[in-house]
Amino acid sequence: MTTTTAPPLLLAVLRQPRRMAACTLADWDLLLRQAISAQLLATLRDLADAAGVLGQLPSQPRAHLDWAHLQSERHRQAVRWEVRQIRAALAGLDLPLILLKGAAYAIADLPPARGRLFSDIDVMVPKPRLPEVEAALMLHGWAGIGHDTYDQRYYRNWMHELPPLQHIRRLTVIDVHHAILPETAAARPDPLRLRRAAVAIPGQAGLQMLAPVDLVLHSATHLFYDGELAHGLRDLVDIHRLLSHYGDAAGFWSQLTARAAELELERPLYYALRYAARLLHTTVPADTSAVLADTGPPAPLLRLMDALFLRALLPDHASCADRWSGGARYLLYLRANWLRMPLPLLARHLFHKAFISPRHAPAEQV
Amino acid sequence: MLKLGDLSARQLTSRLADDGLYLETGRFVTRIQSSIPSVAHGLGLLYGDYPLQQAAQFADFHLRLARPANGRRWFRPQVVLFQDGNSRFRPLPLAHAFPMFEWGLNWCISSRAHDYLMLHAAVVEKDGRAAILPAPPGSGKSTLCAALVHNGWRLLSDELTLVRPQDGHVLPLPRPISLKNGSIALMRDFLSDPVFSPAVIDTHKGTVAHLKAPTDSVLRHAETALPAWIIFPRYEAGADAVLTAVGKASAHVRVAKNAFNYSLLGGRGFDTLADLIDRCDSHEFRYSRLDDALATFERLRPGQP
Repeated sequence: MTTTTAPPLLLAVLRQPRRMAACTLADWDLLLRQAISAQLLATLRDLADAAGVLGQLPSQPRAHLDWAHLQSERHRQAVRWEVRQIRAALAGLDLPLILLKGAAYAIADLPPARGRLFSDIDVMVPKPRLPEVEAALMLHGWAGIGHDTYDQRYYRNWMHELPPLQHIRRLTVIDVHHAILPETAAARPDPLRLRRAAVAIPGQAGLQMLAPVDLVLHSATHLFYDGELAHGLRDLVDIHRLLSHYGDAAGFWSQLTARAAELELERPLYYALRYAARLLHTTVPADTSAVLADTGPPAPLLRLMDALFLRALLPDHASCADRWSGGARYLLYLRANWLRMPLPLLARHLFHKAFISPRHAPAEQV
Repeated sequence: MLKLGDLSARQLTSRLADDGLYLETGRFVTRIQSSIPSVAHGLGLLYGDYPLQQAAQFADFHLRLARPANGRRWFRPQVVLFQDGNSRFRPLPLAHAFPMFEWGLNWCISSRAHDYLMLHAAVVEKDGRAAILPAPPGSGKSTLCAALVHNGWRLLSDELTLVRPQDGHVLPLPRPISLKNGSIALMRDFLSDPVFSPAVIDTHKGTVAHLKAPTDSVLRHAETALPAWIIFPRYEAGADAVLTAVGKASAHVRVAKNAFNYSLLGGRGFDTLADLIDRCDSHEFRYSRLDDALATFERLRPGQP
């Protein structure tokens, strides 16, 4: 991929949502499919609405956008309900309950929530309180799902969260975190600092979210350190929308870089701003880029990272792939695991996953 | 307008294998690609009356049926359904390719088209009034539907009843009727000159064959209809045809259980269904002989059984 080829249509539209008004039916045929593969269909509708062009779109693609919108509205309603259940389950513990990622966006009604679908609710609690939290959730109907002894040990000894818990009747899944990176990772941002800076979610008694700069850093860490690239572009759009939302606040950018230094998260922030600017034309102040310039990798490594991320962050759709795309995603998967744990542990983990763990469930019946 | 039946068998096969057909069924356009002979054969048999979009630019759904690239070329060959390049369903035996297209298209619609309350129900129309036949599999819904649409009723849909929340009208989606096991032979005897796709054995539903939708129903796909009856059919060997009234609350719950997106639509789903139930007379219908069943439907009048 070279910089001279036209960007995928979805990127062009995410950069300038008004361009949707000029899309032909043939454009829409492709755009909808790219957006579905990136889980950004409902987001497109929200962006078209915000740009004032929703009413100008042809009826056929408009129907698809409206279908996705209904689904995402229902999803937000379900998330609100689920968060109420979690809060009720943990009410007796006198605990600061911090919502992370999608759940925080939805409950605080931040821009990334509009049109976003996600499967799990993520919360963060102090590590010493994990046993009480897990017990309270189990008393209220959440139970561990399909994890063998090895998985239990993997989560409890090495990870930054409990094994996922699923509600036995509603089948919803909650991830209880005590930190934002694994115990075994090289960088370990202090959870206490994150919790201390957490802010109350307006109008939601007992619920908190990370401070604005920490929201951005967590999202960047998740994408560029933790290796969750399955929805890479959607997560980059989250970062883009958070930055657009908070970027005008006085002192935001200098706080962001200072906080990244404090939490040892400068590298993920560097990548997040670099690729958000490259792919989504996110506005990043020049002095912020200057401050972060030294925190990037050495030039040869950066060229490699560009080659990998500029492929892996595109929609996972045939129209956006070249012959290196699959390899790029695979190498980044290895990189993420490498960053999560030291090499001997990683080798053992991958061996176990490859040869000992039970196979995944088969695909659905049509 | 070009119809699928206007293509020669050769044109059909080559266009399917190449760029694909843009097939119009009701309000949905499906791009379908396949080089599997049974798919071309099934489409040629059952979809001749349906419009094809020429120089199409847009499709609602992109389906491709192909043989997987594994070692099973000759030994138990398989078929995979790709939706825009992704296969989310388990491969099936190659012989199931045509029913797999039907099921795949049903899935595309029922998992997406949320501007309607979507019911798993057959729906037929006469004199502008529709009868909805919701029922779990095995209740004889499709058999009854097939008999009705060849005896004075118009086929709106055999599988998916789409209720428009704005005005309560049912949007037609006339497609082939899926018949199973004993019903296939029954309908071959009952109807004169029925057109069936070849029966496929050992599917997860047993033996399956699809019956061509009546041409008149296909041509009138844009004519919506207001529902007047909800009939829960129950085939029972030897039983006389009897209609039994079902209370509104009970009918509401039973139809909701057969809806694809009732809870997804939230308050709107409830209101749409409540309006539907209010507008309709609901009956349980026990029957065994199709002639009796047809006579009973003949006597249906709006507002009274």
